[in-house]
Amino acid sequence: MTFLTVENIHHTYFTKTSATTALSNISLTVEEGEFVSLLGPSGCGKTTLLSIISSLLKPTQGTVLLENKPVTTAKNQIGYMLQQDYLFPWKTIEENILIGLKLSKQLNQNTKAAALRLLNQIGLAGVEKQLPRQLSGGMRQRVALVRTLATEPKLLMLDEPFSALDYQTKLKLEDLVSQTLDEFGKTAILVTHDIGEAIAMSDRVFLLSPSPGRIYKTFTMPEELRNISPFEARNHAAFSSIFQTIWKELESLEREKE
Amino acid sequence: MSEKKNKPELLHKNYIQSLKIEKRWVGFYQAIIFIVFFSSWQLASQKQWIDPLLFSSPSKIWNLLLEKIQDGTLVSNIGVTLTETVFGFILGTLLGTILAAILWWSPMISRVLDPYLVILNAMPKVALGPILIVALGPGYSSIIAMGAIISIIITTIVVYTSFKEVDPNYLKVLQTFGASRWQCFKEAILPASFPTIISTLKVNVGLSWVGVIVGEFLVSSRGLGYMIIYGFQVFNFTLVFLSLLVIAVFATIMYQLVELLEKKIIKE
Ligand SMILES: Nc1ncnc2c1ncn2[C@@H]1O[C@H](COP(=O)(O)OP(=O)(O)O)[C@@H](O)[C@H]1O
Ligand SMILES: [Mg+2]
Repeated sequence: MTFLTVENIHHTYFTKTSATTALSNISLTVEEGEFVSLLGPSGCGKTTLLSIISSLLKPTQGTVLLENKPVTTAKNQIGYMLQQDYLFPWKTIEENILIGLKLSKQLNQNTKAAALRLLNQIGLAGVEKQLPRQLSGGMRQRVALVRTLATEPKLLMLDEPFSALDYQTKLKLEDLVSQTLDEFGKTAILVTHDIGEAIAMSDRVFLLSPSPGRIYKTFTMPEELRNISPFEARNHAAFSSIFQTIWKELESLEREKE
Repeated sequence: MSEKKNKPELLHKNYIQSLKIEKRWVGFYQAIIFIVFFSSWQLASQKQWIDPLLFSSPSKIWNLLLEKIQDGTLVSNIGVTLTETVFGFILGTLLGTILAAILWWSPMISRVLDPYLVILNAMPKVALGPILIVALGPGYSSIIAMGAIISIIITTIVVYTSFKEVDPNYLKVLQTFGASRWQCFKEAILPASFPTIISTLKVNVGLSWVGVIVGEFLVSSRGLGYMIIYGFQVFNFTLVFLSLLVIAVFATIMYQLVELLEKKIIKE
């Protein structure tokens, strides 16, 4: 059984002055436990696609099925982490990570303890009573990850989660996120415009072409890259050749535009 | 080594010291203005440079103050006006915020009501006084209504604008957890707008004093506004000035209290 099926998605944004077709004819499937990336230049509809998959946005056409059921019925099975952490500045870290459980009425001793344990695991023991502004960018992004994982979603979506961080923090977080997701056996979709990040973290990479966004090519990562951490993958011999391949495809996309 | 370490500390001490001295000078000049103003008023009145019947004098006001405190009328009048003002401005802020919440809740209602809000905001609310008196009767309720109505519309507009300006990504976060519209309001919209609501509170203190004093001009037989009108009618301008000074003191105290509240809430 396919875990996630995205079928024939079209989406057009309407405004008073224009109609922008953001996505056209998007179909893809994701298997349980798989980690896939959406790679593409900014404005090619990546965020739109994530919003549609998480049923925050109704597509003008097409269906999204999670375990063969429409996603609109699958509340709280999909976790969505935005580009910035968007921690609520007036809530403590503890209140922030428990908000999902509270809203979906799952907050009890067990789920609360699990969320706090996760915070510990991710290297943030002792910050529970602090406010988000007392934490660094990397720490805040980790809190946002804990907040997303606390409701135990089956599918995790990450929208350029590392793009606002400095390079070193980003590499460290890539490893941490990858390891955490492996431990929990989570299925994940990562949006990024960083080729290296897509290669290092995923099992498969979908390359999107812009205006309107469509799937241009799909790359399956070689076995030897999948089973190692993102940091190790970046240093692996197989990395640079696949980097070159994707780079060339992106270049040809650019040329096509001209 | 230790000298080097001490140097920044020393400089910091000097800096603090200079701030203190500056603050003292500011206080000194403020005191000078106060003293010069009241003593020249006193002098001008005594020497008949200004008409003492019209402009009274600080010493007469002081004597009247003591007299009115002793016979108890001042305290009861202050009590009346303060109560009306506090109710008026709490009601104004509360109703304004509730109205703003309704507008946020339904974009349709907000679009329909938009021109009416503009008209009501432009309208001088104190002109509604006579209508309120007819509708609510000449008593506390119409005075409190005056204190409230003067601030409701502007509160609605300011708070609604701040509701709309909350980063939509905060709502997106909540919606990914399946939050209802009410939950979005409670968890993100309202707390994010607290600073704005508090600052409208500050504006509303001043507005409510205007509303209540005008209301008392129109109907009351008690309160500071009534003292002013009464003093005017019997040509007792000492009473008018006394009331004005008392209003100035209490309006300032109320404003300071709200500012204190602001500091407390914003800190958290
Ligand atoms: N709410 C919206 N209204 C109108 N157009 C939009 C809206 N959101 C996105 N778009 C347009 O849709 C396209 C895809 O946007 P987006 O999904 O944010 O791309 P990406 O995440 O890949 O940068 C862009 O051209 C953008 O201008
Ligand atoms: Mg985006």
